[in-house]
Amino acid sequence: MFDSLTERLGKTLKNVRGQGRLTEDNIRDTMREIRMALLEADVALPVVKQFVERARQRALGREVVRSVSPGQALIKVVNDELVAVMGGEQTELNLRTRPPAVILVAGLQGAGKTTTVAKLARRLSERDRKRVAVVSADIHRPAARDQLETLAGEVGVQYLGVAGANDAVGIARGALEEARRSAHDVLIVDTAGRLAIDEAMMAEVRDVHAALEPAETLFVVDSLSGQDAAQTAKAFDEALPLTGVVLTKTDGDARGGAALSVRMVTGKPIKFLGAGEKTDALEVFHPDRVASRILGKGDVVSLVEEAQQNVDTDKADKLAKKLKKGKGFDLSDLREQLDQMNQMGGISAMMDKLPGMGGMSQAQMQQAAGAAGQTTHMIAIIDSMTPTERRRPDSINGSRKRRIANGSGTRVQDVNRLLKQHTQMSKMMKRASKKGGMQKMMRGMGGAGQIPPGMGGS
Amino acid sequence: MRLFGLFKGKKKDPAPPGDEAGVDKAAVDDTTAPQEAAEQEEQPRLDAGLEKTRSRMGGGLRALFGGRALDDELIEQIEEELLLADTGIDATRTILDTLRREAKRARTTSEVRDILRRTLVDMLVPRESEPSQPPPGQPWVMLVVGVNGSGKTTTIGKLAQRLQAAGHSVALAAGDTFRAAAVEQLQQWGARVGVPVIAQKTGSDSAAVIHDALAHARSRGIEIVLADTAGRLHTQANLMDELRKVRRVIARFDETAPHETLLVLDGGSGQNALVQARQFGAAVDVTGLAITKLDGTAKGGIAFAIVQETGLPIRFIGVGEKPEDLRPFDPEAFVDALLGNE
Ligand SMILES: Nc1nc2c(ncn2[C@@H]2O[C@H](COP(=O)(O)OP(=O)(O)OP(=O)(O)O)[C@@H](O)[C@H]2O)c(=O)[nH]1
Ligand SMILES: Nc1nc2c(ncn2[C@@H]2O[C@H](COP(=O)(O)OP(=O)(O)OP(=O)(O)O)[C@@H](O)[C@H]2O)c(=O)[nH]1
Ligand SMILES: [Mg+2]
Ligand SMILES: [Mg+2]
Repeated sequence: MFDSLTERLGKTLKNVRGQGRLTEDNIRDTMREIRMALLEADVALPVVKQFVERARQRALGREVVRSVSPGQALIKVVNDELVAVMGGEQTELNLRTRPPAVILVAGLQGAGKTTTVAKLARRLSERDRKRVAVVSADIHRPAARDQLETLAGEVGVQYLGVAGANDAVGIARGALEEARRSAHDVLIVDTAGRLAIDEAMMAEVRDVHAALEPAETLFVVDSLSGQDAAQTAKAFDEALPLTGVVLTKTDGDARGGAALSVRMVTGKPIKFLGAGEKTDALEVFHPDRVASRILGKGDVVSLVEEAQQNVDTDKADKLAKKLKKGKGFDLSDLREQLDQMNQMGGISAMMDKLPGMGGMSQAQMQQAAGAAGQTTHMIAIIDSMTPTERRRPDSINGSRKRRIANGSGTRVQDVNRLLKQHTQMSKMMKRASKKGGMQKMMRGMGGAGQIPPGMGGS
Repeated sequence: MRLFGLFKGKKKDPAPPGDEAGVDKAAVDDTTAPQEAAEQEEQPRLDAGLEKTRSRMGGGLRALFGGRALDDELIEQIEEELLLADTGIDATRTILDTLRREAKRARTTSEVRDILRRTLVDMLVPRESEPSQPPPGQPWVMLVVGVNGSGKTTTIGKLAQRLQAAGHSVALAAGDTFRAAAVEQLQQWGARVGVPVIAQKTGSDSAAVIHDALAHARSRGIEIVLADTAGRLHTQANLMDELRKVRRVIARFDETAPHETLLVLDGGSGQNALVQARQFGAAVDVTGLAITKLDGTAKGGIAFAIVQETGLPIRFIGVGEKPEDLRPFDPEAFVDALLGNE
């Protein structure tokens, strides 16, 4: 049911890779898959549309179209955009006001407001050493006030029982007065769950807000929630307005698209994540984590990370052009390739970076990657050469070989082997660039066992 | 004991009197009067409750059926409306595929509309639907499970009210021994609707509390026990194990019990509700569903995906926070509300 985005994109990206470049066509295909992934993550449809359009615009930008690995670059664009949209602003509470600073918490029924009040109280009193008081203005749900009073006891903050008041505004006012009198730094006010379409209840919370003039008004939203989260957030923001969002129940396996919906609809920062029922299960918001979750958990993260490992696609581009022009593949080129292999953990990356490659089996890639350990040696050898030697390998005679071996801490045989492999490789590069297709080149090397072949040992 | 009168929507005729065993007949007969009375006043509430759903989705769809045949644009608009109602991509696709197939020869928009309506109603027909029954002298037991905050306790309170009004004797088991004031919440519901609540302190063993309640019910001749449990996410393996244990303890008391294991789903939840249905189903053999908070959300589309995948019957929908805000699930009424049929 929940195909990960990478699974979804698998086919599309293969096509993209095959063509070597992003076109408006394959961007459209990819964006359709991303739209699906977002919908499956419960991002609200209007938000999906808006977001996909943003990402598409960016994808059409130079950086992706020019990239030699468009598939990864495209996912990276989407991921980056997601992180950018959701993050950016500071997520700390802003309580710089004349004490007591009031935090008002509101949201739908069962979202996790009361629990969040207790978590915030604990964080502010334990971590920030504030004198915190809490109160429940929930006169609707059975035992709502018992619940908060119990939790207050657990986390060691004062619960302000307001005698005499039996309406939400009265309770809020009474508690504020009491908190002021008892010189608390912070007062956190819980409210009853309510539907955005319930006018009487929305009026009530608006009145509570007006009476308290809170420093922070937090909207608590359940990460399990669906399409309606966007509408609801909008209605609460218009009624109150909100200063931030808390996303709860993130310890589950919901993709939590509500985070994106709420953020895009209200523009208000997500300040905390609720990640459990216990009062210490409150985390600061990390947009990158939530982004990767929305897009389908770890898969995308690793893809993106791979793409981020500073592979210089420009260099690969240059090499490809150089080869196309029929220029030789010299030792500097080999060094660059080796360097990238090192960074990417194998030849697979190189395959991806070169145009017209791809389609290798996983096994081939892994075999190839096995050779990567030796690349450090090879790089050391090349580093001990002069620029002229690198450009003109045939100029490397016996004494030069000895010097190079000494300089790189290797043996003359190793230098010989490297030179031989370079000769083979440059032949194959020539062939590959003519006929296209790295796979032929691999075959030409007698299997992908060692890249370059014969470099085993030492 | 047949609780069927209570599970059914008002449109359904009660089974013919001859059908029922003696006790059951009494139960059904008892229900009839108060239930009808209750429904007289509930009808407007359901309408009000589903009004949002209707205005969002129905309004949208009604506007769509302005006088054209089924073209791509219409398909796309129906698709959007379905997605907006949390129907999910797969169920939406299934619906649209059926619609394309069936409505190919439809000439008028009202034909398309009828086909869509039938498709949606068909998708809500469960594979199985009757709760099992206890041996004579044993209480009928409903175990109520679900993720945090979905509306379990409230649904139990409302159901107790309904059953009580129908003349049944009911006891509630305060099986949520974890969350702060969960016991007090259920106790207040018990007091409100006038049924006893069997409870222990927060922190005690959930299975033990429920076992207590069952023993209590048997010794007092109480007909029905509704057992609350703590909310838990299906990803929490230890808590799911605890739930399995609760179920085992109930079965040890009476091997036919629980007679219904009701999974309570939040009507505002998104695609994860499917995973919940799957996971709770696997852990404790869920036999029925309740979908709550349908008074507010423009949703309900999730019902299609869930019934389609699990085959489980939706027993009730919650349309508010008051004791009377529980409705037996009626697929036709539900779809009509969704489509905006007058
Ligand atoms: N797993 C998990 N459960 C949570 C989290 N936050 C809250 N809960 C649980 O969700 C349920 C509802 O939480 P409450 O704090 O009572 O929600 P509320 O918004 O105050 O509910 P109402 O006052 O009825 O509107 C409880 O079972 C909480 O323990 C969270 O981050 N993770
Ligand atoms: N509007 C509306 N609110 C509902 C409905 N059902 C439950 N609620 C509210 O949702 C909130 C959570 O309900 P509970 O019954 O406490 O949920 P729960 O599943 O028992 O929660 P935990 O035990 O904490 O997991 C409460 O504020 C209820 O009043 C409904 O049908 N409509
Ligand atoms: Mg609360
Ligand atoms: Mg409960």
